[in-house]
Amino acid sequence: MELDIVDLSRLQFALTALFHFLFVPLTLGLSVIVAIMETVYVMTNRPIWRQMTKFWGNLFGINFAIGVATGVTMEFQFGMNWSYYSHYVGDIFGAPLALEGLMAFFMEATFVGLFFFGWDRLSKPAHLMVTWLVAIATNFSALWILIANGWMQHPVGAVFNPMTMRMEMTSFYEVIVNPVAQAKFVHTVSAGYVMGSVFVLGISAWYLLKGRHIGLARRSLTVAASFGLAGALSVVVLGDESGYDAGENQQMKMAAIEAMWNTEPAPASFTLFGIPDQEARETKYAVHIPWVMGLIGTRSLTEPIAGINQLEAQAELRVRRGIIAYDAVMKIRETPQAIGDPAIRAQFDDNADDFGHALLLLRYTDDPRNATDAQIAQAAEDTIPHVWPIFWAFRIMAGLGFAFILTMAFFFWRSSFCGQTYPRWSLWLAVVMIPTPWIAVEMGWIVAEYGRQPWTVDGVLPTALSVSHLTISDVLLTLAGFTIFYSILFVIEMALMLKAIRKGPTDDVELTEDWEVAHARRLSPKQTPAE
Amino acid sequence: MILHELFSLEFLRVLWWALMGVMLIAFALTDGFDMGVGALLPFLGRTDTERRVIINTVGPVWEGNQVWFILGGGAIFAAWPLLYAVSFSGFYLAMFLILSALIVRPVAFKYRSKRPGRMWRSSWDWALFYGGAVPALLFGVAVGNILLGVPFRLTPDLLSIYDGNALQKLTGLLRPFALLAGVVSLSMLVMHGSAWLILKTEDPIARRARRTGTVAAMIAGAGYALAGLWLAFGIEGFHFASAPDPNGHSNPLLSEVVHGGSWLSAYAARPWIVVAPVLGFLGIAMVLRAFRSGGDRSPLAWSKMAIFGMVSSVGLTMFPIILPSNTDPRSSLTVWDASSSQLTLFVMMFASAIFLPLILFYTAWVYRVLWGKVTEEDVTDSDSHAY
Repeated sequence: MELDIVDLSRLQFALTALFHFLFVPLTLGLSVIVAIMETVYVMTNRPIWRQMTKFWGNLFGINFAIGVATGVTMEFQFGMNWSYYSHYVGDIFGAPLALEGLMAFFMEATFVGLFFFGWDRLSKPAHLMVTWLVAIATNFSALWILIANGWMQHPVGAVFNPMTMRMEMTSFYEVIVNPVAQAKFVHTVSAGYVMGSVFVLGISAWYLLKGRHIGLARRSLTVAASFGLAGALSVVVLGDESGYDAGENQQMKMAAIEAMWNTEPAPASFTLFGIPDQEARETKYAVHIPWVMGLIGTRSLTEPIAGINQLEAQAELRVRRGIIAYDAVMKIRETPQAIGDPAIRAQFDDNADDFGHALLLLRYTDDPRNATDAQIAQAAEDTIPHVWPIFWAFRIMAGLGFAFILTMAFFFWRSSFCGQTYPRWSLWLAVVMIPTPWIAVEMGWIVAEYGRQPWTVDGVLPTALSVSHLTISDVLLTLAGFTIFYSILFVIEMALMLKAIRKGPTDDVELTEDWEVAHARRLSPKQTPAE
Repeated sequence: MILHELFSLEFLRVLWWALMGVMLIAFALTDGFDMGVGALLPFLGRTDTERRVIINTVGPVWEGNQVWFILGGGAIFAAWPLLYAVSFSGFYLAMFLILSALIVRPVAFKYRSKRPGRMWRSSWDWALFYGGAVPALLFGVAVGNILLGVPFRLTPDLLSIYDGNALQKLTGLLRPFALLAGVVSLSMLVMHGSAWLILKTEDPIARRARRTGTVAAMIAGAGYALAGLWLAFGIEGFHFASAPDPNGHSNPLLSEVVHGGSWLSAYAARPWIVVAPVLGFLGIAMVLRAFRSGGDRSPLAWSKMAIFGMVSSVGLTMFPIILPSNTDPRSSLTVWDASSSQLTLFVMMFASAIFLPLILFYTAWVYRVLWGKVTEEDVTDSDSHAY
């Protein structure tokens, strides 16, 4: 297969986005966990909690730096590699990105310096406030980014303007309250909370196994298990909410997740396992669970869920209507006064929703108005994404989601009702589980974004048209550059993380010990775990 | 929503042109000294402790400062989507270099002090130098090219076409006038970084900073004057062929920009804008005086005024042209035909009116908390907090 400019740009975007997304969810989760720990410190005045805040805060800092560095790439890349996209939807998409800077990132970046440098300069409550502001800003940041992303999945509150050749905002309110964006926001931050919790849980378990930093590890484990259980429940429930929204708004993605080739009588069954065959349009070796899919997708037992073949037939109709809209746009371009002609205006307005589908034809013909039936059928077929990666990515993600609930529930139970004693096997399990949230979030990204293909903005702008006018060598050069840069950063980051974890807490260690000795009588005689 | 129609498109466009300028100037004033400090780091810090002092003067604030750039980028995306599309894709490799600097810098700050090795630390020092000097130079080169006109054209679909491959695009930027502009911006930010170090450090670093600052301010002043003369006698400007409609559609192809005449004719049409270059020159003169005899605080204050004057003079001279094309002047982007829709500009104005003052407020608070000089004891005493 020969890679063209579109494939290379996509490859670069996917690599940089997936890389960025290794760090962001951990930042989201750790920022809140650290803020919770500092809150306990301020409330109880026990230095062990300050030690914990600083220790996990240090790991947060190592992670945060690289998240910021790779985040800038994401913003630049829209302009550098996706300039037609930037022009075409910047009127809507740019606003949440700018708001993210204005409302969230600015606050986060300004206060994160004080978090590290302000311990001796601020009163305890003032420092706590700074920490919470960092955590809140981090979450706000996610909100605006997911409002932008939600609009790509489900474009609302905007209309195409033939005079400016782009989408323009008609309702900012609709863009913000976009149900897809809201569900995605809660789903994604919850995923971050789970990741932060699994990270803290795993490292604490390792300390308990090694018999090191027991006081810090035992308390951190309790925080992680409680916070993680809430996060894990939320991520699965809200994941279901995203599924419901996909069912309403992005039927094709839903059908691909399910490898559902044909509409089934309601309520549809859920395919637990299978090997989707795109050529033959069937799923081999499928194992079904009756009813479940209908419930997730429609919240009812009577509504059917559309299958891929049926959606393709609908897409063909939309391409044909899109051609009518395209014709109107071309007439307006030839004589701009035509926009005042009610007949032409109506010709466009009546088919405006399908205008994007006509653009799918530009891959095959310079003028969609002259498209042959075969080309139209081809464009309709293009609306079907590659099914098997989405099908499997979803199953891995969802399976891990349930595993997180079970793990967190177990540790929560041991920590709350069994005197904080943990069997050794469970501590090893927690250590082994450390990498799994990363697998889950990357799979989630693939379901959401790979499943959006062939569109950058669903039904509005095809990916193939979104790229900049660049040469292959341009993109190869930066792709190679990013790959080298990011590989080096990754190695350094991992080395520093592991070093910091192996070293354990360094701040306030003596202070904590002195305090524990001084208050020994008040402390409960509770002994440590790991047996 | 009818509310947004209270403000004419013309008003919103001028407002967002000004806000874009405000954000870029805020970037130059804040992250400017971070970049200047980065560029000076290997030369002003002779020992590891000295270098750590220098790094820790910007350690707690560079992250917030850099957001002005990210915010500026986001605001251009939202308010001037075509400008964002054309400039970022057109300056492809230059943007990549700036990006590489912005990637290297955060990790260099964070990671340098995590290991004691000499090789480790000196590598990160040079990374910080790269992260400061390269963007400082390239921003100026970009401004120089914008004054000269950039070789792009727009298709009827408004896809931006910029001919040549990445390397040609990069070498194409290195025109003599643009290089001069690069030298001006680099020396301007080195001057600013020096002024910052005088405020935040003690001798001998502060003494050395007075020397580098003086040299840099002289180069910046001379280069700025030379660029002015060059614009007056050697470079053609851009202007509208006929009076444009300030409330027209955001489609550059619907209006006609031509190449010719002088940029400086703007000073005949709007004499008051002369205040910008005057502030620039005056600022440089005062900065030079302050470096010689002033206290610790006055160099930074005058340096801010100089930067404000120099950067704003570029925008005021070019108005209403934003990004001219020298190969297809008709495609040139202007204030009247490259903006977002009225609604988007209105919403963003509303948000800025709330959040920009808030940002200024808490940024000022953070600077106040961190007020005071960074000493050698600071970085050696509390090892764990300082970089």
